[in-house]
Amino acid sequence: MIKRTRLVFSGSGGQGVITAAIILAEAAVIHGGMNATQSQSYGAAARGGATRSDVILSDSEIYFPGVTQPNILVCLTQEAYTSFSPIIRPGGLLLTDSKFVTTVKKVDAKQIELPIFETVIEKIGKPIVFNICVLGALLGISDMLDPAWVMEVIKTRVPEDFIDMNNRALDLGLVMGSQYKI
Amino acid sequence: MNKPMIKFVQGNEACVEGALYAGIDFYAGYPITPSTEVAELLAAKLPQKGGKFIQMEDEIASMCAIIGASLTGHKVMTATSGPGFSLKQEALGYACMAEIPCVVVNVQRGGPSTGNPTHVSQGDVNQARWGTHGDHSIIALTASNHQDVFAMTVDAFNLAETYRTPVILLLDEAVGHMREKLVVPEKGAIPLVDRLRTDVGKGVDYHPYLPREDGRLPMSDFGGDHRYNVTGLFHDMWGFPSNNPTVVNGLLHHLVDKIENNIQAITRYKEHFLDGAEYVLVSYGSSARSAIHLAKNRRARGERIGVLELQSLWPFPEALIRDRCRGAKAVVVVEMNMGQVMRHVKAAVDDPERVFLANRIDGKLITPTDIKKLLRVIQGMGV
Repeated sequence: MIKRTRLVFSGSGGQGVITAAIILAEAAVIHGGMNATQSQSYGAAARGGATRSDVILSDSEIYFPGVTQPNILVCLTQEAYTSFSPIIRPGGLLLTDSKFVTTVKKVDAKQIELPIFETVIEKIGKPIVFNICVLGALLGISDMLDPAWVMEVIKTRVPEDFIDMNNRALDLGLVMGSQYKI
Repeated sequence: MNKPMIKFVQGNEACVEGALYAGIDFYAGYPITPSTEVAELLAAKLPQKGGKFIQMEDEIASMCAIIGASLTGHKVMTATSGPGFSLKQEALGYACMAEIPCVVVNVQRGGPSTGNPTHVSQGDVNQARWGTHGDHSIIALTASNHQDVFAMTVDAFNLAETYRTPVILLLDEAVGHMREKLVVPEKGAIPLVDRLRTDVGKGVDYHPYLPREDGRLPMSDFGGDHRYNVTGLFHDMWGFPSNNPTVVNGLLHHLVDKIENNIQAITRYKEHFLDGAEYVLVSYGSSARSAIHLAKNRRARGERIGVLELQSLWPFPEALIRDRCRGAKAVVVVEMNMGQVMRHVKAAVDDPERVFLANRIDGKLITPTDIKKLLRVIQGMGV
């Protein structure tokens, strides 16, 4: 298990980027007994516009909550990819959605492009769980947390009728991500 | 709430949990970024425990409402940010003068004026001390992490009751909005100070402003057993206006002394890696997180850097700072303003020329690297 994981989630407002970051960090704290911080650049725009959320998971105390060099970077728009791919820790993991992002070779990272959005639309039909599927993919690739913990957190945050759909989205992501397990 | 409860929350929610733990039963406020979550959560939670939440027409009214509610015997709080804190100043002075316990949370953002609403700053430190006019004393607490936000909120209520004074809780946007772990302690784990009520019976003369031998003033719930006057004017032991020089002199001394003479009891701080530190970083609030981060990393490489984290800013802990900074090669005050605490640190230490400022005022949280760059210059290691 990694002692400290630094993640940056980035995309566009409304994609659920920040919610995904919160769910991941909350699962680590409540069910994983770890320390975690989640912070975000907070602006006036809610939908559209670039959003970024920083998450640190750690066995020890976390002081400075910002992430300057993420081990794991998630980019869900081209704009986010252009802005943030240069800050990834060399050799880190960079997850993108192939519908929204065209990657470039020069980035020194393990770049994984997955058709997450299209799979969600095809298998579930509701874009609202896109972010949960992204989380699933991330947990499939790197086993930083038990996906069951994440599901426990989701249960406390979504209305009952939507739990099953979220569960399916998380599983879809896990299957997609596990082909690239590191 | 019988066993410790682990939560993953924003700092503003940690403040709400602290207030509920301390027994808040009245909140009046007007929402403003970055403090809004305090009002939002209390609007949901306070009625569930029988308390009252009122969204007022503005910050002035909110301050007045909590003052009135406190007089009637309630534990009260309001929360705001810079522009709202400016509006509250007149009524805050009234609460100082009339000695009314209340907690005012200011989740700081960039200023002056409407400034930089969604970004971090620590620019209201001196406003907390001198925002309202006239000689007075006040207590201001701050915190750098959610466990301490919780503890300082409980402390704010306790100190407000102990000293019959407004207590300012100076948080900042970074701590207020960030999420991290909070363990809500079980009931009874942190002692609470309840309202000191008079034992003078109904129909017997009650002197609202006649201090006991220990200096404390027992209160009587306004509108209850005793009729008495409350005013912002200088007043006698009955609470009636007076410009008798002896009364004026005595009251002003009382207002200042009750806090300044108890500075040791009020001072709250934490030491991080201070043993044998050659460089002492003095910091508070979210800035302290970066200072501690740097000190911890540098210590691991053998550099003797420590952090004195202030959790009470007013009354200013001069003696503590003088003591902990004695012998340091340099003292670096880390804050997100133009040196508001730095000036007081300079005044406190033996060698003011060794005090430096590591600051950031662009709305971004100061980073460990920002501090390190300044340290390198001080250490003569170049830019």
